[in-house]
Amino acid sequence: MTESNYDEIMKLLCDRLSDLANADVLITPETNLINQLSIDSIKLLNLIMEVEDAFDISIPINVLTDVQTVRELADLVHKIKITSS
Amino acid sequence: MNLLEKLDAAAAARKALLPNGVGAFGIPIEEIFSATEARIGDRRVLLMGTNNYLGLTFAPECIRAAHEAIDKEGTGTTGSRMANGSYFGHRALEREFADFYQCSSSIVFTTGYQANLGTISGLVGPGDTVLIDGDSHASIFDGCILSGANIIRFKHNDMADMEKRLRRLGDNIETTLIIAEGIYSMLGDQAPLADIVQLKNKYGGILLLDEAHSLGVLGKSGQGLVETTGLLNEVDFITGTFSKSLCSIGGFCVSNHPQLEQLRYVSHPYIFTASPSPATIASTRAALELLRKGSHLRDKLWSNCRQLYAQLKEVGYQLGPDPGPVIAAVVATPQQALLLWQQLLEHNIYVNLILPPAAPEGKSLVRCSVNAAHTTEEIRYVGDTFAKLYGAINMQT
Repeated sequence: MTESNYDEIMKLLCDRLSDLANADVLITPETNLINQLSIDSIKLLNLIMEVEDAFDISIPINVLTDVQTVRELADLVHKIKITSS
Repeated sequence: MNLLEKLDAAAAARKALLPNGVGAFGIPIEEIFSATEARIGDRRVLLMGTNNYLGLTFAPECIRAAHEAIDKEGTGTTGSRMANGSYFGHRALEREFADFYQCSSSIVFTTGYQANLGTISGLVGPGDTVLIDGDSHASIFDGCILSGANIIRFKHNDMADMEKRLRRLGDNIETTLIIAEGIYSMLGDQAPLADIVQLKNKYGGILLLDEAHSLGVLGKSGQGLVETTGLLNEVDFITGTFSKSLCSIGGFCVSNHPQLEQLRYVSHPYIFTASPSPATIASTRAALELLRKGSHLRDKLWSNCRQLYAQLKEVGYQLGPDPGPVIAAVVATPQQALLLWQQLLEHNIYVNLILPPAAPEGKSLVRCSVNAAHTTEEIRYVGDTFAKLYGAINMQT
């Protein structure tokens, strides 16, 4: 997994989160998924399914409990992608 | 934000959805008259939002059995199944469930919620995987969380999506539990069990089917989806509840795997709770007997279901894919749903209101539950009222 793959993950997350959040919220790696974006749990779980499909990986939703920010989510996806390839 | 402020924030969000103290959730029922009628405030209402599918809440056989059990065995067991709470009735009900499903083993739990919690957390643990439908009931989801297993969701009833996720599991499939439901509680649709079994046989895994809403409703003898599909022997574990068609409280798991018995020693939701009261067990046993012989009740239930589904569909309401005892009108906004719910209550009809995020895809639901005790006239009145309100609330927008 290269740095460009990490950028690809971050871009996908920022793009999709922009669609789900209010238009006036700027998504950055440090954006807090729950406090700042107010995304309900179902929307977040559906986003995880999209990410699974985009990178052909399994992301167990129970490991999301430690994820607060967009960067932490990107790190998690990156780590799973590396270990599964 | 401290712990109490977090609760305040959640309460504020709830009040924003339900202004002026509207009591759609936890509405007080002052008196209950029958399987279909109650008093809410000063209104005598038609109950269209219960899970009393066979209409057996006042069945004389069940009431008599409960009375006799109280007289003979007292009001409660005061202990868990593991300790002093395993009476003759608990063991008899387990034998009767095993016989009903032609299975070798059966366990009775104190609630339906605990049946899923206890079965799932007993079967899988950290390092194992559960593959669950995206619309799974909270008891399934909570059981998965309690187990510590890796939780993977597939899109609701989408078999291509499920297969993709099965394929990605690779060797982990050996320790994977697949979970589906006979009838889903939000839209009333059924799992595509034949396709799920086909995928399970292709990739592997163990299959658990929750028949909570389908027990008593589907199949000639009321076994549920396993009976209408003829796939009883393809499902590894079946769970269900007593609190719907059986009109009491409790839950069960049946299986032909002898390992089910081991759950009695590892499943905390089974071990660390008091066993069901003697009256609960006695009325459940009587209700199971009525359910097995209740093909006439199922005929009446399905006639009611088809009548209401057709009427709402014709008016233009967006409904689940097929008729069934759960008939939910999908409404675009919480405000419209609340208005429809309120107006139905004004017309003396009680239904369930379901708002985001509980309803799928951010929609809101006004959900009816049909039962066998509703008369044709009552169902027609409900359909006519929904029709009248469709235009008044401008549901098409």
